[in-house]
Amino acid sequence: MTTTASTTAEEKKVATITLTIDGKKVEAPKGVTVLEAALGADIYIPTLCYDPDLKPYGACRLCVVEIDGMRGIVSSCTTPAADKMVVHTETPKVNQARRIAIELIMANHIGDCLTCAKNQQCELQKVARYLGIEQEHFDRLRKGTRVLPIDKSHPAFDRDHNKCILCGRCVRACQEIAGVGAIDLAYRGYAAKVSTFGDKPIHDSICESCGECIARCPTGALVPKRTRQATRHVKTICPYCGVGCSIYLGMRGNEIVEVQGDRESPVNKGGLCVKGRFGFDFVNHPSRLTKPLIRKEGKGKDIQVNGNFKDIFREATWDEALDLVAKRLNQIKEKYGPDSIGVLSSAKCTNEENYLLQKFTRAVIGTNNIDHCARL
Amino acid sequence: MSFEEIKRQAASEWKAMQNSPIPRILIGTATCGMAAGAETIMEALNAELAKNNIKADIIQVGCIGLCYAEPLFEVIKPGKPGVFYGDLTPELVAEIIRDWLVGDNPRPDLALGTRGEGTLKGIPKLFELPVLKPQVRIVLRNCGNIDPTNIGHYIANGGYEGFIKALKMKPQEIIDEMKKSGLRGRGGAGFPTGMKWQFCHDAPGTVKYIVCNADEGDPGAFMDRAVMEGDPHAVLEGMLIGAYAIGASEGYVYIRAEYPLAIKRLVVALKQMEECGLLGDNILGSGFNFHIKIKEGAGAFVCGEETALMASIEGNRGMPRSRPPFPAQSGLWGKPTNINNVETWANVSAILQKSASWFASYGTEKSKGTKTFSLVGKVVRTGLIEVPMGITLREIIYGIGGGIPGGKKYKATQTGGPSGGCLPTSFLDSPVDYESLAAAGSIMGSGGMVVMDETTCMVDVARYFLNFTQSESCGKCVMCRLGTKQMLDILQDIVNGKGRPGDIELLLEVGDAIKNGSLCALGGTAPNPVQTTIRYFRDEYEAHINEKRCPALACRPLISYYIIPEKCQGCGICIRACTSEAIKGGKRMVHVIDQSKCAKCGTCLDVCPAKFSAVAISSGAPVKAPAEPVPVGGKA
Amino acid sequence: MKVAPAIEGARTATPGTDKAIDSQMNEILTHFKGEKGELIPILQQVQQRFGYLPEQAMKRIAEFVHVPPSTVFGIGTFYAQFKLVPTGRNIIKVCRGTGCYVRGAPKIITELENQLGIKDGDTTPDMEYSLETVACFGSCALAPVMVVNDKVHGRMTPEKAKKAIGKKSE
Repeated sequence: MTTTASTTAEEKKVATITLTIDGKKVEAPKGVTVLEAALGADIYIPTLCYDPDLKPYGACRLCVVEIDGMRGIVSSCTTPAADKMVVHTETPKVNQARRIAIELIMANHIGDCLTCAKNQQCELQKVARYLGIEQEHFDRLRKGTRVLPIDKSHPAFDRDHNKCILCGRCVRACQEIAGVGAIDLAYRGYAAKVSTFGDKPIHDSICESCGECIARCPTGALVPKRTRQATRHVKTICPYCGVGCSIYLGMRGNEIVEVQGDRESPVNKGGLCVKGRFGFDFVNHPSRLTKPLIRKEGKGKDIQVNGNFKDIFREATWDEALDLVAKRLNQIKEKYGPDSIGVLSSAKCTNEENYLLQKFTRAVIGTNNIDHCARL
Repeated sequence: MSFEEIKRQAASEWKAMQNSPIPRILIGTATCGMAAGAETIMEALNAELAKNNIKADIIQVGCIGLCYAEPLFEVIKPGKPGVFYGDLTPELVAEIIRDWLVGDNPRPDLALGTRGEGTLKGIPKLFELPVLKPQVRIVLRNCGNIDPTNIGHYIANGGYEGFIKALKMKPQEIIDEMKKSGLRGRGGAGFPTGMKWQFCHDAPGTVKYIVCNADEGDPGAFMDRAVMEGDPHAVLEGMLIGAYAIGASEGYVYIRAEYPLAIKRLVVALKQMEECGLLGDNILGSGFNFHIKIKEGAGAFVCGEETALMASIEGNRGMPRSRPPFPAQSGLWGKPTNINNVETWANVSAILQKSASWFASYGTEKSKGTKTFSLVGKVVRTGLIEVPMGITLREIIYGIGGGIPGGKKYKATQTGGPSGGCLPTSFLDSPVDYESLAAAGSIMGSGGMVVMDETTCMVDVARYFLNFTQSESCGKCVMCRLGTKQMLDILQDIVNGKGRPGDIELLLEVGDAIKNGSLCALGGTAPNPVQTTIRYFRDEYEAHINEKRCPALACRPLISYYIIPEKCQGCGICIRACTSEAIKGGKRMVHVIDQSKCAKCGTCLDVCPAKFSAVAISSGAPVKAPAEPVPVGGKA
Repeated sequence: MKVAPAIEGARTATPGTDKAIDSQMNEILTHFKGEKGELIPILQQVQQRFGYLPEQAMKRIAEFVHVPPSTVFGIGTFYAQFKLVPTGRNIIKVCRGTGCYVRGAPKIITELENQLGIKDGDTTPDMEYSLETVACFGSCALAPVMVVNDKVHGRMTPEKAKKAIGKKSE
């Protein structure tokens, strides 16, 4: 099976086609769409519903082009590129359709850019700038009248339907990438919207909070609750589990304000889970333990901690703490035997750390009672 | 039983029925007949027959197309031509039974016409009447003539001969025959059927599908319903032929749930086909397998679009997808699929039963054969018609349709439903075919033909259609979802007297972009009704925008009802009828409508006795009436 | 309880309790195999049985045909035939097709709205009547047309419409 797959992949690699886009000869692998062929040759075609990880959809109508021999204008994201095809990405017809499409979207886009969390990172803004849309262009249009409540039920992100352009990227990500299907398109026509089952708040749905939708939303319709933008990005590996997802930490000084999946990473291809994407506030959390604590004399385990641990614990150095642990383990081992001790390792540790821990458990303590949190 | 035996039996039964010693009464019980009260007529008929001790066969038939005269029936006395009677009431039924079946008076005063051999004094031949004479019946060949629930009737009239012929041909020969016939898709776009079949035939793959598009969604169109109700086998035989030619072993009829009777008729027809060995595995011993499933639509106009229809069959939201790939390459469940509409399939069976050249002898050079239309709206004789391509609108509207009722002036004809356009008077003498209608900015469409008179406001008609497409838009692509809404909002403003200068240009510009940029044909044709009405009735748009006046006196926000003081006799009828209590006045006092209370329902106009005709409508100008009631005749 | 006017074809069954819905769902689903292509036919049966699509029924169907519940909801809200809230025992549909429109359908709708005290798309509080408009019934030659519990009435006038829904003319 594997050999067949690799052969076809190879065949794909060798099979190239040549097409002409805006007078420029462009080579592209067989099987790509006209849009992908153009993007591959550094020819920009505006689009809002295209996502390289998702199946073509053809809804935003911005990527329309004219192709010799085809009637009218076609969406380049759904049209397979063919050998000897002649494509025009900017014709009067194309430009008019794009301009009206973006004006219609903007006339129905409720919300102020200045206070929008997506400001300056918004794909809609970029496309509108690219097409040169001025206020007067869409002032003549009748404005959208539908105002929908913002869904703030989720602890990590908000959903604002008023900024949704129904590109369907969130829905497709949820179905095609996450395999969950917490959301789908519901209703139809002007009333169409992205909806959970029963149009309930997202928090009450089967959403697994992976955030694939947030990462793909081109507008401010799906945004994390934290709205401060990062000043720089640091590439690292997600600390949560052994998968080793490659991530970019969005930083402001020493503070992490966002996490982005690394699309180039062969491990996760940009994908993340709920912990990796949203679970980073422990890093700068005031309650985070940064020094070992040792229980004070006479403070038994029946005492409730209630947040104020300083009454019960005292801060210690690592040496003191480790000495204490070693001492106690030895005492227990002597008194009750090595099998009275069990060790639980963590998925947050590296393979090497986990190896060492099981070595320590078996060789030093002398028991096989070693397990891992992922099995719990 | 072999098909030969079935055919012999059907023929002998049909003959026996024709020569039956007892009278036969054929009553139209298609949906329109039922809507007009055919049920009541049936009851009256049974009662009258029993009362007069007459034995007669009552046969329920499909629509003959004379819907304006529904409920109607044909009474066939042995040895006499059949006599059609229309506009029946239980009282008339009693008279007809008494005079024609008991007595010997065919009641020429009540009869519409005769059918069959022989003549009756004082009664014209039905098919010589202006309403039927210009018509050519290919698709509707059996409608109103046979019992649609009896496959024997269909077979006795040449049914399934086309399929038998096809079985003896090679698939390519059948496709060539289709090409030779010049048949083009009757669903609207007019794509050559033979070529469509060729694509699907040539597509690689062993599993292929045939679909009959019976999702007749155009408002104002009911041809396909009538065919399925009146002659379902004509459609199913076409599908059999198509499946054999293309190499499909499974077929679907995708039919609107709003057509319960048609669904019932199809279910019966499919069962009969199976019983006759015309459906299933190894059909008539030929080795050809074919199964047909019925899929009911769930109320979405867009599912008439091929890719949306397939999405719906697969159990998805009926949202179109971009083409390519075309259904002929990748259709239902990714397999090559051929979709034709009801009327196309009914033509296919006729072509194979007769011949391609016979079919091509009708119509024009590029539009062969006939086209069915549902002729409705402001026309005297509404109904289902079938005419050769190339006939003029005038022949249809004034010949077949009998002109405009109530002495009103003709204004326009709308063809093609929400995807079509409005043709003004100047097109009355243009031929009705694919090319001419397209040149006029409309389309042939599936066959809705709505006639409009001077009281129809063309801006309001455009608004009506945009409202329709807007509410039927699937919402997937920006152009259709937001574009049709934009156009509707503008039109709504215009008919409400809130139009702005520049709105006409804006409508044209947005319309152009929607036409060019939409994902599917629903959006791609949605601006047509607006663009054609602007093209031919721009003055009406300008009157609404610039003068806040509706020339047709139809747009409620722009009109005022008033009572003409010189004509009002102070009878009080309108005061009592007014639901808004907006009319003031007493006995022998000229009545006055309080404009602030008037709901503009028009009831006063309807109830004012014709001899007075004192209620009038004005638009764009203050009403010419006193503010308070004054004595009738100006005397105290 | 108020005695409903006798109109032919009124729906008698009421959706009932959750348990009753479940057992009826069991019965409906025995006629299907659980394929995705059956989704709409199943919903049609449920709509017919209950007069709307109860939430728990939609969840059951999602499991049955192996799609996420949101997909079933998406389909249930896409097609006009499906309702998400219970409908009245008598369904009154008025055609808004072109033929009917130019021949006075708006007047029929207004009359029915006045008679029933509800707007298009609504159900009377006593759950007796639901009023809907439908794209086209294909009986355009007899325009305007209305359908009461699947019985087609042609050549309507406001007065005839009133009669058709069992209201006496005054």
